[in-house]
Amino acid sequence: MPVRVQTQDFDAGAEIAALRARNPKIGAVASFIGVCRDANDGDEVKKMTLEHYPGMTEKALEKIVGEAGDRWDVMDVLVVHRIGELRPSDQIVLVVVTGAHRREAFAACEFIMDYLKTRAPFWKKEETPRGSRWVESREADDEAAGRWEKRSADAA
Amino acid sequence: MKVKILYFAGLREQLGSPGEDLDIAPVTTVASLRTLLMARGGAWQVALAQGRAVRVAVNQEMAQPTTAVKPGDEVAFFPPVTGG
Repeated sequence: MPVRVQTQDFDAGAEIAALRARNPKIGAVASFIGVCRDANDGDEVKKMTLEHYPGMTEKALEKIVGEAGDRWDVMDVLVVHRIGELRPSDQIVLVVVTGAHRREAFAACEFIMDYLKTRAPFWKKEETPRGSRWVESREADDEAAGRWEKRSADAA
Repeated sequence: MKVKILYFAGLREQLGSPGEDLDIAPVTTVASLRTLLMARGGAWQVALAQGRAVRVAVNQEMAQPTTAVKPGDEVAFFPPVTGG
């Protein structure tokens, strides 16, 4: 499966090596890793808890991966997203896209992250010295995802 | 009609419930189900009030206020997502 939601950490090097090993036609690998920061909105973040919607989250991610495959000529896509308790410097999410050439792989990787941030049901709760709080969604994330809508409209 | 309702994240905490199996008067859309839940008053009225950023999924697909709700559906209410 190209999509995994798990509590345990991931090894990007091992994941990429596994994808490359089975396909000698790969000429480009683009990857993104999202990491837990130690501060947000001016407060120190000691810990973060990630909640998801079992069933829908996996479906939503698969749909995003499918859409990336429709838009760009890529070979393999892998999305690994962690849930549960995370601390600063912990890895949160991994996206790997392989293809023959870099442009398609870069674009698909960015698209998947932009859509994941706005369409996949995950929610972060942060623990700060002032107490715990749910992270609010950002308009910048909606705008980032919206760019891809415009591009497809322009192309139509 | 029977529907399965789920609440996630901040909404789950505000309502003090992860979800419920409801047997309710027939509703036709997401908007009418939301209105029916708000009519309970208290935390429901506040958490689901118009103007609050609430997202809804029907049978695990993102829905709009006009999306149909049918008997046996799973309807989830949650805040805008913040993963990644």
